[in-house]
Amino acid sequence: MTFTDRCWLVVALLLPALTLATPAPDRQQALRYLLLQDCGSCHGMTLKGGLGPALTPQALAGKSREWLSNSILYGRPGTAMPPWQDFIEQEEADWLVQQLLQGLEK
Amino acid sequence: MTIFLRLASLVLLVTIATSVWANTRGTGDLALVVERADGCLLVLDTTAKSIIGKIEGLGDLSHASIVYSRDGRYAYVFGRDGGLSKVDILKHHIVKRLVQAGNSIGGAISQDGRLIAVANYTPGGIKVFDAATLALVADIPAEYGAEGERSKVVGLVDAPGQRFVFSLFDAGEIWVADFSTSTPQIHKYTEIGRQPYDALISPDGRYYIAGLFGENGMALLDLWHLDQGVHRILPDYGKGQEKLPVYKMPHLEGWAMAGRYAFVPAVGQHEVLVIDTDTWQQRAAIPVQGQPVFVMARPDGREVWVNFSHPLNDTLQVIDAETLEITDTLQPGKAVLHMEFSPRGEQLWVSVRDEDRLELYDTATREQLTTLPARKPSGIFMTARAHKIGL
Repeated sequence: MTFTDRCWLVVALLLPALTLATPAPDRQQALRYLLLQDCGSCHGMTLKGGLGPALTPQALAGKSREWLSNSILYGRPGTAMPPWQDFIEQEEADWLVQQLLQGLEK
Repeated sequence: MTIFLRLASLVLLVTIATSVWANTRGTGDLALVVERADGCLLVLDTTAKSIIGKIEGLGDLSHASIVYSRDGRYAYVFGRDGGLSKVDILKHHIVKRLVQAGNSIGGAISQDGRLIAVANYTPGGIKVFDAATLALVADIPAEYGAEGERSKVVGLVDAPGQRFVFSLFDAGEIWVADFSTSTPQIHKYTEIGRQPYDALISPDGRYYIAGLFGENGMALLDLWHLDQGVHRILPDYGKGQEKLPVYKMPHLEGWAMAGRYAFVPAVGQHEVLVIDTDTWQQRAAIPVQGQPVFVMARPDGREVWVNFSHPLNDTLQVIDAETLEITDTLQPGKAVLHMEFSPRGEQLWVSVRDEDRLELYDTATREQLTTLPARKPSGIFMTARAHKIGL
């Protein structure tokens, strides 16, 4: 195997690991629906806040992705934010955080 | 020429007659249904069991609440985006709309029907408007603590004596605003408990009860004896038990009362609590299939119907108010957000958000009588609320 071949092999092996973090398209749709309709109960369907704080890119600026994912998965004790880990996997929480930081297009 | 004039007069007469006839219907059997994603209201005729109109342009109704004018003609819609809209439910259009805050949760109409109060999250406080013109009458910031922070306001209700009563979520306070004199008088009750999340007033307007999220029990204020202050009821409820996650806050309304008992949703336990309103002691805790959101007594007080939060939100359970047992478990569909009884209780209308429909149940037989299309329906509000204290 040439050096170039080895490089391509490494890339081919790494590619699944890189794409593993993104949920499947139908799961993405379900997560978006959950975000707007159910998270939206407290955070607003426009994500501008309610009982819970706003989740717009401006509101989330300066907060680490890890902190945001952890908030989703484990809740925030002492506040009304419950843990969603029974319904959302780590990669899915990470993906939701990514969507929120980018801003959801209408 | 004469024939032409006669014809023109006839056409004019018919036009006037039909327009007058079309407007002479009552509002008493109507309800408004919120389409939460579209910012629309559907006008529901509960006698005809059909949708007779749609009103658009109400802004963000992802959470919305409605009160009705004293004459049953107008609805005041409180939208999440701080929108306050006065809607003509006969002519199906918005009479006046303004955005009076950044974020709000609900409102109330005063005893005499002249004032509309809105409960705001941002900026925290209440604003009071003239019911006819929506002109601002009072702005009451919910300030608390040494630094004058502003708290979210929840559980806003009207009370006899031209008063509004409301709770401060962040501050743990209950305020009574008396509008019976030219200058509103505010009485503040502090340290009533952590994070009151909503409140109800009993149908007779005597007892104001706030549910607490941050600690055990509920806060009770007897409006006949304000000097006695706020009491904690059910202080030991849930003590020692692990609190379950709450995916959606329960809602408290005057519908909770059936005879001498109040049926309220537990917070963080899958139970409906039964409180004896003679003693304010817990009579029972009825296990139910999930976190209750709305616990509503049928108008005759014989049964209590319960809906639930995510994830098991496709279910309704029915509790017999005498035996305190669950008699039925129904499954109208995915995401049963709200339900509303007709005033004499023969009908129950249910919104099924994820299936884009309204269901009508016969409350005696549990039969599903009608299905109507509705886009992401949430709250259903009967006009009969116009004549009920606290609603």
